[in-house]
Amino acid sequence: MAKLKLAIYWAAGCGGCDVAILDTNEGLLKIAEIADIVLWPVATDHKYEEIEKMADGAIDICLINGGVRNSENEHMTKLLRAKSKIVVAMGACAHQGGIPGLANLFTKETVLNRAYRETPSTENPDGILPVQRFSAQEGELIIPEFYNTVLPTAAVVDVDYFMPGCPPAIHQVAAVVDIIAKGDLPPKGAVIGASDKTLCDECTRPKEDRKVKKFYRPHEIIFDNQKCFLDQGIICLGPATRGGCGNRCTVKSNMPCRGCYGPAPKVHDQGTKFLSALASVIDSNDPAEINSIVSQIADPVGTFYRFGLAASYLRRKRSNEKN
Amino acid sequence: MYHADPPEVTKKLREMFYSAHYVHSHIAHFYALAAPDFVLGPDADPAVRNILGVVDKVGLPIGGEVIKHRGIAQDIQVMIAGRSTHLVWTLPGGVSKGITEEERAQIEEKAKSCVEFSKFTLQLFDDVVLKNKAYVDLILSEPYQLKTYYMGLVDQNDKVNFYDGKIKVVDPEGKEVAKYTPSEYLDNIAEHVEPWSYLKFPYLKKVGWKGFVDGKESGVYRAAPAARLNAASGMATPLAQEAYEKYITTLGKPVHATLANHWARVIELMYASERLLELAQDKSITDPNVRILPTETPTEGVGVVEAPRGTLYHHYKTDKNGFVEKANLIVGTTNNHAPISMSIKKAAMGLIKKGQVISNGILNMIEMAFRAYDPCFSCATHSLPGQMPLKLTIYDIHGKVVEQLERA
Repeated sequence: MAKLKLAIYWAAGCGGCDVAILDTNEGLLKIAEIADIVLWPVATDHKYEEIEKMADGAIDICLINGGVRNSENEHMTKLLRAKSKIVVAMGACAHQGGIPGLANLFTKETVLNRAYRETPSTENPDGILPVQRFSAQEGELIIPEFYNTVLPTAAVVDVDYFMPGCPPAIHQVAAVVDIIAKGDLPPKGAVIGASDKTLCDECTRPKEDRKVKKFYRPHEIIFDNQKCFLDQGIICLGPATRGGCGNRCTVKSNMPCRGCYGPAPKVHDQGTKFLSALASVIDSNDPAEINSIVSQIADPVGTFYRFGLAASYLRRKRSNEKN
Repeated sequence: MYHADPPEVTKKLREMFYSAHYVHSHIAHFYALAAPDFVLGPDADPAVRNILGVVDKVGLPIGGEVIKHRGIAQDIQVMIAGRSTHLVWTLPGGVSKGITEEERAQIEEKAKSCVEFSKFTLQLFDDVVLKNKAYVDLILSEPYQLKTYYMGLVDQNDKVNFYDGKIKVVDPEGKEVAKYTPSEYLDNIAEHVEPWSYLKFPYLKKVGWKGFVDGKESGVYRAAPAARLNAASGMATPLAQEAYEKYITTLGKPVHATLANHWARVIELMYASERLLELAQDKSITDPNVRILPTETPTEGVGVVEAPRGTLYHHYKTDKNGFVEKANLIVGTTNNHAPISMSIKKAAMGLIKKGQVISNGILNMIEMAFRAYDPCFSCATHSLPGQMPLKLTIYDIHGKVVEQLERA
């Protein structure tokens, strides 16, 4: 069988997804066995122009990690879509916008002002901001345009598969390499490298009646290492989040789920789903008391949409700027 | 921010985690991102000048060891904190879990293996690079030198430390000019803005920004492995110290050679492995009391560690509930932004001669000046992808364009 042509690309993300691929260890040698890597900026020395010269559909599989935060991310995502038969949005940022998507609570102007004018270490008496095109003595210097809104990959191109996680769990990266090697891919649009249950369904912490009178943040109490976090009044996104990560936070790290695997199966909006789960654990029927219990929940947007704001119904804070 | 001092065991666990992180990061940087230039040569076909090409050249058993030990370092982090990338284990006042005696014993065995692998890596560097006169000449050649200030975290004995200590700065002659605590960072460094880059240019505030020039009059400083070894007076573990002494004897001190970063990196790999082993052999590290509950009202705080690619500053201001209202970060590679720009220019000017054909090898050697600092530049901007557009315009003395070469 001819080797597959594989591209791995890093857009608006942190590089953790690339490390997750490295973390498959000997899995790397398997990747090299089944595929010729035509682009992997973190590990190989291929250049954009080699991709531009390829015929449409010449790449068999392209794993894109990172969402779209600037014009270069958009250009490369579109280019790789055109050149690839199958595009996988890999990791929470490509899947849901990820942590960078929380910047959608601000505008481009606020972000740039903070970074280049307001930060206490910055000395910028002329208030200079980076500009897309700058005429230097030696010629014009061009940098990508910074967008107002962070977008998940599927908001920019047609995506064949979604692979969640921040970053995807190593055993799931290996599993996806396996299904690619076997050509055993599910129907288009499927979430791969994850399970069809919620994180909560897979968690081994025994659950009790989940009646909460007071919510705590993890640093505010010494919590029980065995019991369900929600039973202890600690916000855990497990009921609203897709499983498959191996409970690496709730069981292996002794910390609640933060929701990086995205919405649970058949759920579009993770935050709304979690709100509904939360409503059922509050131990009160008195509106005033309910109000006081709910007001203990710190930073609802950042907690319920930590990884998924850019792909949620909310998407961003209202702004008049075009992207 | 919370004014909560975690238990001693927590500090040891965090340092042990961080040592394992260094082992992973330095192996990845050296083998996957730097070794291709040396093991395969700067002129090698770009199609094979990568980690898979290195494995091909050095043989699968050695390649397997590289993969195995980077994996071991990641496993240790998972054992300590539950996960390696984006750990969720840290809390104000401590960490969410400790380690058992059984885990400690396993980490000790793995750390021993990392020390052995670091010996092997130092030997490999010796065989492939130091015994090849052409490479030593390349490292010491003028196009790859910059005489700047150097910054690094040091412990109370003035040795390199990644996790804790004071930030020390030495001048281009190696003389100490500053030693400060994290909360004093704003008195010592500032950042310059240029319109053509999203990444800022830190410099020493008391010396001042004088543009893209080196020397004592310019506030440009460097961070990361070679800079750390210049700032400190040695390494805190025996085998790393031995390797450091050989490095200083060969190159002098301070080391101005940009490509020496790769050598300094493998010396630091040894230090990280030895420190990992020391901490794993400390039986008090299994103490289960890894947390205290913060009682003070949170306000503001500055934290500094040595990230693998340079001094990392985090500064947060919070409301009374501990919600971050303002944050300011200066991350590893950002420290080196001005030096990177200067190193590329100097390499290009030194390597390209009149009438010479500009080969891919020469373009790669210019990129090598960049890769010595950080192969994945996007780490520092969090907005640009990890690739390297490099456009070379050659002018004659009248400013007329003679040739343009581009790597898209």
